[in-house]
This record gives sequence, structure tokens and C-alpha cells, in this order.
Amino acid sequence: MPFSLLKYGLNKDYPFEKHADLPAPCELKPSYDVVIVGAGGHGVATAYYLAKYHGITNVAVLEKGYLGGGNTARNTAVIRSNYLTNEGVKFYSESVKLFQQLSNEFDFNIMYSERGQLTLAHTDAAVRGFRQRAEINKHFGGRTELIDPQQIKELVPCLNMNPADMPILAGLWHMDGATARHDAVAWGYAKGATQRGVELHQLTEVTDIDVENGKVVGVKTNRGNIKCGCVVQAIAGHSSLLAAKAGFKLPISTFPLQAMVTQPVKPFLNPLVSSPSLHCYVQQTSRGELVFGGGSDPYPLYNSRSTLDLKESLLANAVELFPFMANMRLMRQWAGLTDMTSDYSPIMGLSPVDNYYLDAGWGTWGFKSTPIVGQTMAQLVASGGQVPDLIKPFAMDRFDSFAQVNEMGATAASH
Amino acid sequence: MKILTCPLNGPRNISEFVYGGEVKDMPDPNTCSDKAWADYVFYHDNLIQIVKEWWLHAPSGYWFIAERHTASDEIIKTYDPSEIYNTRIEFSTQQEERA
Ligand SMILES: Cc1cc2nc3c(=O)[nH]c(=O)nc-3n(C[C@H](O)[C@H](O)[C@H](O)COP(=O)(O)OP(=O)(O)OC[C@H]3O[C@@H](n4cnc5c(N)ncnc54)[C@H](O)[C@@H]3O)c2cc1C
Repeated sequence: MPFSLLKYGLNKDYPFEKHADLPAPCELKPSYDVVIVGAGGHGVATAYYLAKYHGITNVAVLEKGYLGGGNTARNTAVIRSNYLTNEGVKFYSESVKLFQQLSNEFDFNIMYSERGQLTLAHTDAAVRGFRQRAEINKHFGGRTELIDPQQIKELVPCLNMNPADMPILAGLWHMDGATARHDAVAWGYAKGATQRGVELHQLTEVTDIDVENGKVVGVKTNRGNIKCGCVVQAIAGHSSLLAAKAGFKLPISTFPLQAMVTQPVKPFLNPLVSSPSLHCYVQQTSRGELVFGGGSDPYPLYNSRSTLDLKESLLANAVELFPFMANMRLMRQWAGLTDMTSDYSPIMGLSPVDNYYLDAGWGTWGFKSTPIVGQTMAQLVASGGQVPDLIKPFAMDRFDSFAQVNEMGATAASH
Repeated sequence: MKILTCPLNGPRNISEFVYGGEVKDMPDPNTCSDKAWADYVFYHDNLIQIVKEWWLHAPSGYWFIAERHTASDEIIKTYDPSEIYNTRIEFSTQQEERA
């Protein structure tokens, strides 16, 4: 063994204590200014920006499992901003801009990879919809074009142009479309937040919410009770369960969303390809595996099992798009619990309980929004409940005034 | 393959059925507030428990009620809606009166 290596082995402060990414676990304090429930990307990003921009560090992030083990670990990491509504496109474009410089910000490689995203139109109605999305996207500074079948063939030579007898008529080519390493995003934010003094408590489940005179005053956990000035709830598929403890209902239903991945092969597919009509999207990871997924399960369930039904229908369509995939082996399959709203937009901002802030309803599309969610939720908390303009349209009470932000067509099977 | 037992057609593959939402009491659309109507349409309990739900057997166009556990996915029982809904619901609005 080389001596230089032995030196590290015998050195007392190497490698662990001094170089650990996260501080060692500690006891809960009796009270915090801010309690964030859920250490997914959204929770730790909120903590990070609270500490970094607002100097608020008396913050505990409470996680019932482990850091980034929820949907943050399960998503297929599509990052894009080619939505349909002005409100949506503005919001997601900000997120894409933040993602582009996140590796530099963390000094940690999140493997941001700008491949472009190609959505396929198989009907005239889809072509019209794409034209509208391209214009709205360009208006807000995104790079999106409507392209013809010849251009599609040049981008993805191995694509079957007549899948399931539904010829491809046009494509929405979104050059800003990208992917990143989802775990790294959670780790980067968590590291940055804890270095600035935020406490991250894993294996700490919030079991009840203490509300007095319409205002949240503390939370109960499996490790004891704590008092707090305010709470941010960022728990994705479990949103309705905790909201019920705080005493209100959400316009959310929880559905499983499944995805799967094949054995790795040589790189052949650069863009992310999705077909809303075939309920299917396919992309190749930097390790060479093909990841694919589709829409949520057909009925609500709090269970992340995988089903044969979904595999059958999804694979049938994936093989229509890329016939040679029929010869590949599936390696893994998994599911996450997605908190679906009926307009496919999130719920962010105030709740019926004072000082209890909501970040929910992220369904199948919330990974791409992680940085901008963190920034806007941090602003909301730091200002004591002044809702930033960017997220005003996503208030929960839009459902009471019938002012939904309809992103259904632009979400579909693309996430 | 998951099997759902239709009260009309017997046990069938669940892919033949369409989920129709939680069974809730409908407020009177002619008299309720906008908030009460929004509650009815958009807000859900969405808890882990046995829930009553609407299901449609698509090939036969038949709606019925199922009781199902939302974590184990166990279907406890299914029955015809007439077991709960046995009086006529009046949907007509008071257009004439207002006009
Ligand atoms: C299969 C799949 C594919 C997806 N693909 C994409 C995609 O391509 N692009 C995209 O943008 N989005 C995608 N999504 C959606 C995206 O993953 C989520 O919207 C996003 O990760 C939500 O982040 P979060 O931090 O809010 O939630 P999570 O990462 O789920 O974090 C919430 C955390 O809260 C914890 N928690 C829950 N209850 C409690 C409690 N009572 N006390 C303490 N902790 C609690 C959970 O353990 C969890 O760790 C996909 C989702 C799935 C399931």
C-alpha cells in the first residue's frame, strides 16, 4: 500500500468529521423560527435560500425517511419550461435559468445536461396546441420551435415516424429541455443549507400540527414536540394527510406514478422524446440506460407498488416509437406518490391556517421547479406571508374563485 | 391483473373500469354558495382509509359504488348506487323565475 494512502487512513480528522457533506445528527431544539416538513428537493431548497438570502438560519427541516428519498429520488428528471399558460411559462422559465447555474452555485456537479426536449404531435389539434405553446414560450424568453417531420428525422434518426398508425405530423422542439442528477440537487441544497446553520433531521416524522386560534404554534414528531414561528409543508404525495392534521382539506388526489429503466446501451438518443398521444416519454441517461414513463395510475392510491398493467401499456407504446427497444431488458421499475390537482398546476402560498405555508400539488412535474420553489417559498416565509407575484396565480383559493391555471395539455405524459 | 367485481357484470379486469371520484353529499346547486360548490367539486378527503367511490364499468356504461382501502388497494365491497341514492335529485335551475 502506498504510504501516502496509509497517511490518510491513520489521520484522525480524515475523512469523516472534517469533510462530511452533512453534519452529524443532533437533538431537536425545543423551538425554531421555521419548521420545514419534508426534506425533498423543495424543502431543502427553501431552507437553503432562507439561509443564503434572508439570513434566517434557526430552521429545522424534518424528514420522516431520509434526505431526498421521496419523489426527488424517483423522478425522471425532465427539466423544461414549454408549458401553456403565461403564469406557468413565466414560473418554469425562472427555474430553468436557476438550474443552468446550479452546479456553479453549489460547487458540486449536478450533471445538468441540456439535450433539448422533443414532443410529438400526431393530430391536427396537437399541432395547433404546439404552435401556441411555441409562441408563448418564445415570448417569455424560452427557446422553442415547431418543427416538421424532416427535422424530427434529423434529430432522432431511429424514431418510427408512424408509431401505432398515428403518423408524426410535427414536433415541439424545446432547446432548453434538459435533465440533471436529481439526488445531487437535494444533496447540494442540503449541504449548502446545513453549512449555513440550518438543521436537517432525518427519521423525524411530523405526526400532528398544533394550531391555536387559527395559527400554527408547533408540531408533534416521533422525537418529541417542538414550537415554531411558522411551518412550510413540502411533502408531495402525503400533502392531504398532514393538511388534515392542520384542519383543512386540499384540492388534491394522490395517485401512484410509475417509471422504469432498461439495461445500458451505447449512446444513441440525445433529446428527451415524448408523445402525449401515446402516453409515453423516453430518454437515455448519461449511463446509457433508457428511462421511460407515462401518465399516473388510473385511480388514487397510497402505495408505490408497480403493476403489470402499466408496464404492458407503456412498453407497447415505447416499442412503437423505438421498435428495436423490444430486444432490450428492463432493469428496474419503481413508483412514487404524486399529489395531483385538477388543473395540473401546483398549490403554493398561504393556507387556511396562519403562518402555515403550502408547497403542494406538484404531481408529476415538480422536480424541474425545485430551485424556483425554494426561492419563492423562502421569500414568502421571510416576508411573513407576503406572497411573491410569481406564485400568486398558484394560491389554493383559485379553486374557490374558479380561476384555475390549466396546464393539463402541456403536462400530459411529459412531466 | 387486478379484479374488480361489478354488481351488474361480475368479476372483471380493473382495466375495464373508470374511477369516478369519492362519493360525497352534493349541496343543492340552486341554493348553495360558490365556496360550497367549489368544496364539492375540487376538494377531497384523500386520506388513508376505506373510502366510498364511484366507478364506471365502461363497456356496459354502468355506474356503481365500491368501498376500497386507499393504501392496501383491497376492495371491500361493491354495490348498486340505489342502496344509497333512492330519492330523485332535482337538477333543474330556477331559470324561469329569474327571467
Ligand atoms: C416516477 C416519477 C417521475 C417523475 N418525473 C418527473 C420529471 O421528469 N420532471 C419533473 O419535473 N417532475 C417529475 N416528477 C415529479 C417530482 O418528482 C415531484 O414533483 C418532486 O420531486 C416533488 O419534490 P418535493 O421535494 O416536494 O417532494 P419529495 O421529494 O417527495 O419530498 C417530500 C418528503 O417529505 C417526506 N414526508 C412526507 N410526510 C412527512 C411527514 N409527515 N413528516 C416528515 N416528512 C414527511 C417524505 O418522506 C419525502 O422525503 C416525477 C415523479 C415521479 C414519482
